Amino acid sequence: MAEIRVHRLHKAFADFTAVKDSTFTVRDGEFFCLLGPSGCGKTTTLRMIAGLELPTSGQIFLGAEDVSFKRASARDIAFVFQMFALYPHMNVRRNIAFPLVSQRMARAAVDVKVAQAARVLRITELLDKPVSGLSSGDRQRVALGRAIVREPLAFLMDEPLGALDSEFREVMCGELRALHDRLNATTVYVTHDQMEAMAMADTIAIMNGGVIEQLGAPLEVYERPASVFVADFIGAPAMNFLPFEASLRQGEGAVQIGAATIAVPALREDVSARVLLCGVRPEHVRFADDSPLRAEVLGSEYLGTRRIVTVTTAAGATLRAKVDVATAVRRGDHVGLAFDPGAVSLFDQATGRVLRTARDDAPHAARNGSRHG
Amino acid sequence: MAEARLVGVTKHFGAKCAVRDLALDVGNGEFVVLLGPSGAGKTTTLRLVAGLETPDAGQVQIGGRDVTRIAPALRDVAFVFQQYSLYPHLSVYDNLAFPLRSPLHRTSESDIRRKVEDVARMLRIDDKLKSAATRLSGGQMQRVAIGRALVRDPALYLMDEPLSSLDAKLRNDLRLELKRIQQDLGATMLYVTHDQVEALTMATRIGVLENGRLVQLATPQQIYEDPVSAYVASRLGSPRINLVPRALVANVAAPDGAATVGVRAEHVRLRAPTAASVQRGGHVKRIEQLSDQHLIHVHLDESDQELVSAGADGMSWQTGDAVHVELLRPLWFDAAGRRLAA
Repeated sequence: MAEIRVHRLHKAFADFTAVKDSTFTVRDGEFFCLLGPSGCGKTTTLRMIAGLELPTSGQIFLGAEDVSFKRASARDIAFVFQMFALYPHMNVRRNIAFPLVSQRMARAAVDVKVAQAARVLRITELLDKPVSGLSSGDRQRVALGRAIVREPLAFLMDEPLGALDSEFREVMCGELRALHDRLNATTVYVTHDQMEAMAMADTIAIMNGGVIEQLGAPLEVYERPASVFVADFIGAPAMNFLPFEASLRQGEGAVQIGAATIAVPALREDVSARVLLCGVRPEHVRFADDSPLRAEVLGSEYLGTRRIVTVTTAAGATLRAKVDVATAVRRGDHVGLAFDPGAVSLFDQATGRVLRTARDDAPHAARNGSRHG
Repeated sequence: MAEARLVGVTKHFGAKCAVRDLALDVGNGEFVVLLGPSGAGKTTTLRLVAGLETPDAGQVQIGGRDVTRIAPALRDVAFVFQQYSLYPHLSVYDNLAFPLRSPLHRTSESDIRRKVEDVARMLRIDDKLKSAATRLSGGQMQRVAIGRALVRDPALYLMDEPLSSLDAKLRNDLRLELKRIQQDLGATMLYVTHDQVEALTMATRIGVLENGRLVQLATPQQIYEDPVSAYVASRLGSPRINLVPRALVANVAAPDGAATVGVRAEHVRLRAPTAASVQRGGHVKRIEQLSDQHLIHVHLDESDQELVSAGADGMSWQTGDAVHVELLRPLWFDAAGRRLAA
């Protein structure tokens, strides 16, 4: 296994720039997600790491070696695609063995490696079955088997779960992460599904228009988004934004939105008069009868243990609150809103950038240490 | 608007039975969601109601009328497919207006304009009306497809995973929108999905299908809290309900014949091992921090069983900690997965 370093990577297609000056490092053994909407440059980045596209400029290192302009087949990397193509006329064993057989590996060694891969994936009992009768999950496991049997330096995966239905995708997320922990393999994983990224990644790079907007542990990007784009893209439902106009001074701990004074983490910078956005996640919105921030309930959605209540403020902003399922509100009700003050983010609407506040004082706890210890 | 009813409907494809003796009532103005994994018979059921399939046995009624042998176009239903099919040579406006210009409907152009503009505004595509349908993004095309159903005033709307091709954000927005439109129109809706959030949030009642059979038809809350089987219990809830062999929780009182206990992650309480009432011992295997949910995976001692707790008890656990597990609202199932009264 090896570290992957991407340095000032740039890719232009004719008049379209797909990836702009991207720099990041995937640590040895890390599960790294490139996350973003379609067209953000995540797949192009992955394809450059794989050698399926050549960069316009910049460098890619696999371990110590500069592979930027090496052919794909000369890079010791395994690629898993969304549409896993298995050979329909071969059984599971021969599908998994295929990459080794084409390397002319000795039969006995192939058998050992295929058996190992099958054990790791828990598909030993399927080895002699034809692939045609397999469930989509088992087909995905066979495709993974074909990747891991090569013992490459790194795995690159392009939406490998995209074709599965949502219920099954959740199961496969858990499985893929457990597999990663058993193999300790450096993995770069491309997805537009934030749930997958949050569930599996050690580090997420959120891309927008060819640029990495934020790089961090899942909880860090969730709790401390660096931009409106990130705040809006991560979280279901997305973060709420309330626009207001103000000039703020370093040290201030409240903002004025209409008649309401809203406590926020203490500012760590001065901001001249402009339009700002007060960002708050749905689980940090509460109903408070005495709050001067008034809103009307548009709808309430039952979610088992919680409900999502959608409201609209007098100023026309739509907000969502995730509250206990016992909260009794109905369409048309008038409610007061309060926010958990420690969890509010402020953004500059024009640039989308987050303002520095007391929330940034302490470095965010790394996820790796506590999570899979 | 009208009610729809399936009576004893069965449909085979070759040797495979896709829908088996299905009875279903969709009340006037009701939003019924059919939920189940791929192959459970959801789409076939919808197609039977639409008239795109003919049942081997049984009857389909719409508005009290037997339509089993009536052509799809004469059933007065509007169907939205998962894969939108728009007229590529027409503008968005003309695509939306198309159903109203059908000789079956005879609507004046000024009425058409008003309806099309209303629906386009509802679906937030009013700035695209003049665009060619092919110039839209996938999400916008799907909204046009939904819009084409909404401009009409059919007895029944049939929708087959209309939101599944949209991205998460748009899906969130359209979910509430669609529900509100349905309520405002008083529309009768039969809606197919495998997305449990859509089912929970939009349905008046959810019908859970298993191998072509309707195994439970009830409100989202009843399905979530009071499922008739382990299969139904597994359809709703994220993370999935924990299912544990009864033998592994021998200290918990259970009804006769219990083989499995189901307990949702939010009903698994973890305590430090000093607490008096011990139901089950275990160790924290890993902690998963999913945005606003912290999931604690507990390995039950002397077993290979794992349990997930949604840890709302304010305790902070570390990997490797010994814990006592308490099941707050256990659901008991027999060996066949059928629910047992506690």
